[in-house]
Amino acid sequence: MSDNPFSLWVYLSQSPLLWLTVTLLTYAATDAVSLKTRRHPLANPVLHSLWIIGAFLLLTKTSYTTYFAGAQFVHFLLGPATVALAVPLYENRKRVAAAVLPMLVALTVGSLTAIVSVVLLARAFGLPRDVILSLAPKSVTAGVAMGISESLHADPSLTAVSVILTGIMGAIIVTPLMNFTGITDYRGRGFAAGIAAHGIGTARAFQVDEVAGVFAGIAMSLNALVTSLLVPLAVTYLLR
Amino acid sequence: MIASLSLILLCQLVGEVAVRALAVPVPGPVVGLVLLLLLLLARDRFPVLARGPLGNDSVESVSRGMLANLSLLFIPAGVGVVQKLDLLAEHGTAILVILAVSVIVTLLATVATFVAASSLFSRDEEAP
Repeated sequence: MSDNPFSLWVYLSQSPLLWLTVTLLTYAATDAVSLKTRRHPLANPVLHSLWIIGAFLLLTKTSYTTYFAGAQFVHFLLGPATVALAVPLYENRKRVAAAVLPMLVALTVGSLTAIVSVVLLARAFGLPRDVILSLAPKSVTAGVAMGISESLHADPSLTAVSVILTGIMGAIIVTPLMNFTGITDYRGRGFAAGIAAHGIGTARAFQVDEVAGVFAGIAMSLNALVTSLLVPLAVTYLLR
Repeated sequence: MIASLSLILLCQLVGEVAVRALAVPVPGPVVGLVLLLLLLLARDRFPVLARGPLGNDSVESVSRGMLANLSLLFIPAGVGVVQKLDLLAEHGTAILVILAVSVIVTLLATVATFVAASSLFSRDEEAP
């Protein structure tokens, strides 16, 4: 044991070990609560892990860079997890092939709705132009959205905030909203979650139903492509 | 398990190299997804491929394990956002309301279109 507890903290807070452990432990706890409440939408593990870890970093005055040095090992797995989506896609290939046309129509309508609704609402609220541009790509996965935001000379960090908030809100609201409409087609429910709330919506869809997860994954991938084409067009027409 | 993980990483690696070499605006992992899907489909046609990670449900179980904890993978990037919430200070409430309304409208428009289109197209198939 170190004679000075402070030097132990200095060592731990700088090593990737502590922050990787904090990330996994917090997720394990919030996911256990989510399972215990039978995947209640408000027990979303992403939402609760974020504020718990965020508060911990603020209390210990730890910089995000230090935290990320440990958490990056988890972050890295986002790429392989995207590749892994091939497996449920393969296992449900007949169902997916049968729904290609509805998917393409819903992709077009959904992607346009996501962009146009946020731009029109933001304009109605009288938000400044650069804020509107930063919000426009909020329904696609963070990396792609920040790229779009950058190409529009908007604020990529505000885009990242709006992407994560959109994902969490979508993941929380999708199940009660869909139950309210009485739609029981899990292909459509999942597809909507992937379009509106990207990866966090897809993660939610996999919690509810595997078929919903597969369709959410396809929706998220296709939406990344379509949105990067549509956002520059939409803002030119809507913000003249 | 290691062989399956290697196969997944290899698909991503080939995907990243391909999008950079061809300068196409597609994320590398999405190309990796397509590659792994093609490999799985090829395995059904050529049984000789059903070995190592492609045999015995190996790459499938590793992938399912990863996707079962997909939520975890968004936490490191998400925590970065928690530290930038002051960006919302000026227009915070307006932005939260806008994002919430937009996500609800998008969910409803997408699911309604999907359900309408799938019943329309399936009716076409039944009555040729």
